Amino acid sequence: MTRDFWLPHRIVMAALFAALVVWCVMTLRWDWLPDYLGLAAQGIWRTLWLLALSLLLGMTLAVPLGLAQAAGPLWLALPARSFCTVIRGTPLLLQLWLLYYGLGSLFPQIPWIRQSDLWPILRQAWPYGLLALTLSFAAYEGEVMRGAFRGVGKGQLEAAKSMGMPRLTILRRIWLPQALHRALPTLGGETVLQLKATPLVATITVVDIYAVASRVRQDTFITYEPLLLLAVVYMAITGLIVLAFRHFERRIPTRTA
Amino acid sequence: MTKIALSLAAALMMTGAAMAETVKVGIAAEPYPPFASPDAAGAWTGWEVDMIGAVCKAAEMECEIVPVAWDGIIPSLTSGQIDAIMASMSITEERLKTIDFSDKYYNTPTVIVGPKGMDMAATPEGLAGKIIGVQVSTIHEAYVQKHFAATAAEVKLYQTQDEANQDLIAGRIDATQADSIALDAFLASAEGMACCESKGAVADDTEILGLGVGVGLRKGEDDLKAKFNAGIAKILADGTYEAVSKPYFASSIYGG
Repeated sequence: MTRDFWLPHRIVMAALFAALVVWCVMTLRWDWLPDYLGLAAQGIWRTLWLLALSLLLGMTLAVPLGLAQAAGPLWLALPARSFCTVIRGTPLLLQLWLLYYGLGSLFPQIPWIRQSDLWPILRQAWPYGLLALTLSFAAYEGEVMRGAFRGVGKGQLEAAKSMGMPRLTILRRIWLPQALHRALPTLGGETVLQLKATPLVATITVVDIYAVASRVRQDTFITYEPLLLLAVVYMAITGLIVLAFRHFERRIPTRTA
Repeated sequence: MTKIALSLAAALMMTGAAMAETVKVGIAAEPYPPFASPDAAGAWTGWEVDMIGAVCKAAEMECEIVPVAWDGIIPSLTSGQIDAIMASMSITEERLKTIDFSDKYYNTPTVIVGPKGMDMAATPEGLAGKIIGVQVSTIHEAYVQKHFAATAAEVKLYQTQDEANQDLIAGRIDATQADSIALDAFLASAEGMACCESKGAVADDTEILGLGVGVGLRKGEDDLKAKFNAGIAKILADGTYEAVSKPYFASSIYGG
């Protein structure tokens, strides 16, 4: 494995990369870093959980959205279709601001909401960020899942039906696993895109890792170093996502007819 | 080869000379009424915009107004995209490490604004347990971090004062701190009048609140600094300052 990996061109690339890193460390200013390490760790953590939760909730919505469009009756397919079209047709930043500055500023005008136990959560910014990210992911993945559900061979579903398998069991054991497997490479890419959509929440006062980098620039007037560090952090998270999906793709065996 | 080099050098010198004629004055690209805000046509108006015109005229300079995002305004100055900053930027020790300033051209009190009827005061005890919103990288942020952060529930940072005001209306923050004039304008608006009131001025701290607002300049540009200082002195002496301020403020904001 290691023998195969360290080919001459890779050794040259690695050496160049190492030289670049050393050059960055030696010539650029990093004296601000210790002061902001705690804040940066909080920021990375917030970025990660926003990503994870929005992926989880978004995917939970995407499966029924895809199914409704692929096989549902018209009264289910039409709303699902409209939802996906509207969300995919408008910028995420716009949705985020509509939720935060629109919906979020309507709430305090309703006295029972302001007095309720939910208010301490509703007055914070992250629920609106999470909601916007979740809806966006659900709409894009709803569309991906529609295609994936359609792509599973009709013959298999008909065969299962003729054997007397209940419809939910067909979905659980045949239709969904194959659809997910088909969609997996696309979902990997979409997850990386979702990661890079998260910095938008910084515009509504959520302090994610991007907001921390802006803070460093605004406090110290140092521009490039925090941005470089930010790029490294996002690349590292992207690397982890890619590795995780490669693992999933290997683990789920291909069983197409 | 020499010919090309020579003509290139000549071209460079000419552009250099042409650039020296107009002074690019950076203003913050975010609305900050009544100092600077874009009208319906996108033209910038306000006290500070008029003041740029008056100072430049008095100092006999050609000035061009360049809107720059607030959080990048000092890098724009140091990298030469603009030559001066007139964006209600207070003179502080921290900023003097990076840039230079002219004499002050105004200095106003700093106040706390909060929802009507909510019990608070512009003191650390009076703001205990409250969520305070301030514009990032301003003297107000520095002041709040130093004096109120220990007792307040949370300090939220905003890119613009406008967003902090919106969140004050929406009840997401309990108080905001800014220049009295900027907040008076907010309190005079329909939304501001309905929700909020002034909770008084904060105690002075010249170390943070500084020495008033001056023109931000690159270090070492003493000629330009002298010109701005002369312009400011001239309009203060000949009554132009009063005349420019009258439409905007009830009393002089030059301060003590």
